[in-house]
Amino acid sequence: MDFEDSPEEAAFRAEVRAWLAATVLSFASRPDAGEAERVRVARAWMAEKAKAGYVGFTLPVSLGGRGGSAIEEVIFMEEQARVAAPHIETFNLGPGTAIPTLMKHAHPEHVALLAAPTLRGEIVWCQLFSEPGAGSDVAAIRTRAIREGDEWVVNGQKVWTSGAHVADWGLLLTRSDPAVPKHRGLTFFIFDMKSPGVSVRPLKQMSGRAEFNEVFFTDLRIPDHQRLGEVNGGWQVVLTTLSNERLALIGDRTVGRNLVAPLIRLAARIPTPDGGSLLDDSAFCDRLASYYATVAGVDHIRKRIFTTLSRGVPPGAEATIGKMTLARALQEMAAFGMDIAGTAGQILDESADPDLAEIHDCFLTAPGYRMGGGTEEIGKNIIAERVLGLPQDIRVDKQVPFNRAVAHE
Amino acid sequence: MNFDFSEDEKALRSALRRVLADQCGIKTVRLALNGDSLPGLELWETLGRFGWLSASLPEAYGGQGLGYAALCGIAEELGHALAPVPLSSFFLVSEALLLAGSEGQKRTYLPGLARGETSAAAAFAETLGPLAAANVSTVYEDGRLSGTKIAVVDGFDADLALVPAREEGQVHLFLADLQDDRVARETQSSIDPTRPLALLRFMGATAEPLGGDRRADWIVLERLLDRAAVLTAFEQLGGAAAALSMARDYALNRHAFGRPIGGFQAIKHKLADVYIANELARSNAYYAAWALATDAAELPLAAATARVCATEAFERAARELIQTHGAAAITWDHDCQFYYRRSRHLALALGAPAQWRKRLVSELSVAHSA
Repeated sequence: MDFEDSPEEAAFRAEVRAWLAATVLSFASRPDAGEAERVRVARAWMAEKAKAGYVGFTLPVSLGGRGGSAIEEVIFMEEQARVAAPHIETFNLGPGTAIPTLMKHAHPEHVALLAAPTLRGEIVWCQLFSEPGAGSDVAAIRTRAIREGDEWVVNGQKVWTSGAHVADWGLLLTRSDPAVPKHRGLTFFIFDMKSPGVSVRPLKQMSGRAEFNEVFFTDLRIPDHQRLGEVNGGWQVVLTTLSNERLALIGDRTVGRNLVAPLIRLAARIPTPDGGSLLDDSAFCDRLASYYATVAGVDHIRKRIFTTLSRGVPPGAEATIGKMTLARALQEMAAFGMDIAGTAGQILDESADPDLAEIHDCFLTAPGYRMGGGTEEIGKNIIAERVLGLPQDIRVDKQVPFNRAVAHE
Repeated sequence: MNFDFSEDEKALRSALRRVLADQCGIKTVRLALNGDSLPGLELWETLGRFGWLSASLPEAYGGQGLGYAALCGIAEELGHALAPVPLSSFFLVSEALLLAGSEGQKRTYLPGLARGETSAAAAFAETLGPLAAANVSTVYEDGRLSGTKIAVVDGFDADLALVPAREEGQVHLFLADLQDDRVARETQSSIDPTRPLALLRFMGATAEPLGGDRRADWIVLERLLDRAAVLTAFEQLGGAAAALSMARDYALNRHAFGRPIGGFQAIKHKLADVYIANELARSNAYYAAWALATDAAELPLAAATARVCATEAFERAARELIQTHGAAAITWDHDCQFYYRRSRHLALALGAPAQWRKRLVSELSVAHSA
């Protein structure tokens, strides 16, 4: 056992570090920069990376990719996370998800036209699957696409669309035939987000941030040549799209958010009657020890995944364990952090008590983490079915025409 | 990065798995429950004779010099089979000798321990409550030990015991000859009868200080516990994985309401939770194995983390194994109880979970203030 890079990996890491050190400073945003400015810098940063061959690691060179390996991508993401690069996470969707999906299902001209600008940050993508009535059950979407000659007319609403307000192009799943069972009446498109009939509204979360959007379609017209896959064959395309998400799940969460340090600092400031601090309290130690064991365990699971990736084996369902344990633990430990602060745990004062402020923010953010990238419940189903080999859930609507299924009003 | 066992270490484990399938089926484990005191003796002799026990010991003392990772893999296999063998006792005493024994003590005791011919026990506890220097009242004076140790795993049959005792007020570690007439032994009933307990009464029994003139103190004992915690975490992992696989097999075969119970989310999610807990424990244990093998500065934190996580995982897996099986699992004749009992034994044997959680947080706060 060791934690060393292989000689090739070490050489690549050194190369990346040197490049980042030489490059990242000229891409610093001003601290007071608004979102438009941050997006502009992030696009320029993508272009710079594309020039150096640090985007689209596993994509073919003919499309402007690196023609490299997944392990190079993970190494780059780790190093990029170390240097406060002006990277916006939703920008990963283009190279990581959109291009692989296009390569498998789109016209070669579209791939040729869209791939290189995507890698250069000139085209940023968003994924329009979820709807108010279809979250975990993606195949239950209702946004309607009706064919008119060489065009499709789309009406409906999407939600939880990350980055829709800055995206140039979208990956869109629609209902093209409601009279057949739900998986068989879906059609997949790519479309220009600036088209008439598209309206994007930011969705403000309880944390105060607005990372997602609602997207409304009113007679949006999409040419048929922008259809991916067969008419009513959209589900096959969705499966391609989702299968490209797993690596992103590991890569993006290189550091991960945890409350170990704030909780230790907070506990050290809380005196106990015997003259010590809460750090010596058994009840505190019980909770923090379990929490730390989870945080450390996820970190070490990453090392195991890294090991298999380095042998060229893609990650399995274990890649989702971090997401499935840390979010819930973060939520519980945020409440626990306020508990140990007592009545004063309610106070939010970022300058006077940054630890408590971080705890407050985690309390309000963690519920969303428990659902992002798939809910814990769906994740547990996947582990039970794919890892443990247990039977699938009974799906009462699987063979029923969508417009006659029980849930359809 | 290579955060995995080597091919040689894996080959060693699969060989051991075959030995265990042959010599340590669940029927062997059950013999212990039904009062046979040493059903694992034959297996233990095999482990000694073929060098499994001595995998990590240096060759100079009769070992194989294969390193700690190899031994961790062996512990996982023994845990998987619920093997009723004194692995932890062997490890505590042989590690104590390696860490703090004099050259003469190492040469005297280690080869016999490595061959499985000398059997050893670690006699730490005297009272209710945590393992702590303050709770030691056994006395060493003029080469003789007086006092009573309780819950000594494997103590009834051991030849040699590692004993913390007070010498002029200070706690030091001693090696006691259990064949001495001035040691009285009584068996104590255990939550896990497959790992027998004894009370040892030292009545002026012969003993020698570990390390001779260079006395070993309580700090050595804590270092020893850290090391044993890593090995035990692997034993726990093995047990947890075996319990999960047994629960899964049952959930696939047992039908209720017209389908396998493993198709219901109540069971699927429960077993997914067990799987997740096991994988977290496995990853922490791997890290601790690395820290042990390289004698890293992180060892105390890594060992406590591995122990806390593996204890939680095995206990959860054992509880949910019974729950998945339903009422049949609570009968005397059912095998689920072995996991339930063993998980509790391993949770308590090196000091209870609360003690390790405190140790974890104390190491963690040191790391964070550094």
